[in-house]
Amino acid sequence: MKQSVNILLSFIAILAIALAAAAAGRADAPGWFRILPYAAFGLFLAGFVYRVIRWAKAPVPFRIPATCGQGKSLPWIKSNPLDNPAGPLGAIGRMAAEIFLFRSLFRNSQTEIVDGRPVYGSAKWLWFFGLMFHGSLLVVVLRHLRFFTEPVLPAVTGLSALDGFLEIGVPALYLSDATLLAGLAFLFLRRAVLPQVRYISLFADYFALLLIAAVAATGLLMRHFFPVDLNAVKTMAMGWATFAPVAPKDGSVILYMHLCFVFILIAWLPFSKLMHLGGIFMSPTRNMINNNRSLRHINPWNTPVKVHTYKEYEDEFRDKMKAAGLPVEKE
Amino acid sequence: MKQHKWGLILLGLAIFAIAVTFPFWYGKGKTAPPVLSLETPEIAGLADKKCVEDAVFMRANHMKMLQAWRDEAVREGKRVYTANDGRTFEKSLTGSCLQCHSNKEHFCDRCHHYVGAAPSCFDCHIVPAEVKK
Ligand code: HEC
Ligand code: HEC
Ligand code: HEC
Repeated sequence: MKQSVNILLSFIAILAIALAAAAAGRADAPGWFRILPYAAFGLFLAGFVYRVIRWAKAPVPFRIPATCGQGKSLPWIKSNPLDNPAGPLGAIGRMAAEIFLFRSLFRNSQTEIVDGRPVYGSAKWLWFFGLMFHGSLLVVVLRHLRFFTEPVLPAVTGLSALDGFLEIGVPALYLSDATLLAGLAFLFLRRAVLPQVRYISLFADYFALLLIAAVAATGLLMRHFFPVDLNAVKTMAMGWATFAPVAPKDGSVILYMHLCFVFILIAWLPFSKLMHLGGIFMSPTRNMINNNRSLRHINPWNTPVKVHTYKEYEDEFRDKMKAAGLPVEKE
Repeated sequence: MKQHKWGLILLGLAIFAIAVTFPFWYGKGKTAPPVLSLETPEIAGLADKKCVEDAVFMRANHMKMLQAWRDEAVREGKRVYTANDGRTFEKSLTGSCLQCHSNKEHFCDRCHHYVGAAPSCFDCHIVPAEVKK
């Protein structure tokens, strides 16, 4: 019951932002669009640095890599340098495979009860749609550089051309937009439909997905259904980039919605789960070299413990022990 | 080990900050919105300096309009467009747009370079001035 309320609430939140943005666009608020981008970007940058520093400060006394393979030991035991890295190269390889290929999701498995027995099978859906979504998002972000660079980077133009190479419609449909929405739809339905996942999903989980979907939807509407004057949009974006912000010139309501969703997304990102953008680099179970057995790690905050060794004990009580007939190590 | 860790983290943060502030330093704070030229013989000869529809609409919607023109002209054979104010135009890229805007390089292209649009239309359609060259 409570879980469906989360879904409903996140829809309402998105709707509220859309209405606020529309109101801001209708009222004489466009002046806000000279300040908001800086506020959002500032929060993004400062929040990001703050989160990373805070993570970095957390003490990690011991190497705690999640080992999914045989560690390096005796020469005749085959080790798995990628899953259980013994040196920096292996750790870098493991991080790269994680960041670019989502390797740990590839390992996902699914348990089913067949004839009263649990049966384990591989489940690659989350990996596939997750990778598709993140890859598309990267392409979409890079493509937007055409509004923020002057002259437009040739690489960005090339990427856009490649992305729209099917030339469906005028202006051409970008394939990354379609795959982005497909990925989002899967991720959202997964949380809404699967009872186990719905049970552990919070408001913020749905909200993050819907917020990105709202950004994508308003963007697509602007590109394909309610065209806006892109020249004015770029002039506005370049105004931000050159610290000479201008209020958008007769922008449409959808443009204001798109911008508001984006501002909220980037301002909120460092304080939300979306911070896994930076967090993935900081995950100790992924980025640590497993050399617990070859190197001695001393817990830096161990308080010195006063110990009384057996040798000292015997030295202290030797005479008494001998008198009582107890065996001693040193006569 | 400690020193080593902070070195890596600060390096990572520095790379991140440089990457996300890219738009701020790439153009060195300069920008120049395109200057569009309307100086063509055809437009100079117009009594009423107006586009097919009003300029605000054209700016945002000309690609949609061209697509509609193409579909209607090629698929349905309807080759005459009546504008909102009653003027009529041939639904043609070369025959209408580029008659008035015969300075494609100083008009269409300037705008398209600015926003990074690359219409593929001219792979097939001709630009009259280019032929004369
Ligand atoms: C593959 C080659 C090709 C490409 C690319 C192409 N066209 Fe065409 N186009 C044609 C042909 C062939 C005709 C048919 C000519 C006719 O019937 O008069 C035509 C006709 C048209 C017409 C109506 C007739 C006229 O004289 O203009 C319009 C408008 C048009 N195209 C617009 C476009 C636009 C806009 C683009 C870019 C998005 C485009 N075309 C890209 C080949 C192409
Ligand atoms: C009858 C001549 C004529 C034809 C045909 C014509 N235009 Fe125009 N166009 C003009 C004039 C004149 C202006 C300037 C209007 C103004 O500033 O109010 C203009 C303005 C424009 C603008 C806005 C430029 C700006 O100021 O930002 C665009 C975009 C445009 N035309 C595209 C096209 C396209 C695409 C076509 C073909 C569908 C076309 N024009 C056909 C004469 C023409
Ligand atoms: C005021 C600036 C401006 C002017 C002038 C202009 N365009 Fe465009 N044009 C744009 C923008 C912005 C787009 C959309 C680009 C996008 O969405 O990627 C566009 C897109 C197009 C497209 C669709 C491109 C695609 O990606 O498929 C065509 C076709 C086109 N313009 C034709 C013309 C022609 C022909 C002229 C000259 C008569 C012209 N335009 C003048 C700004 C302009």
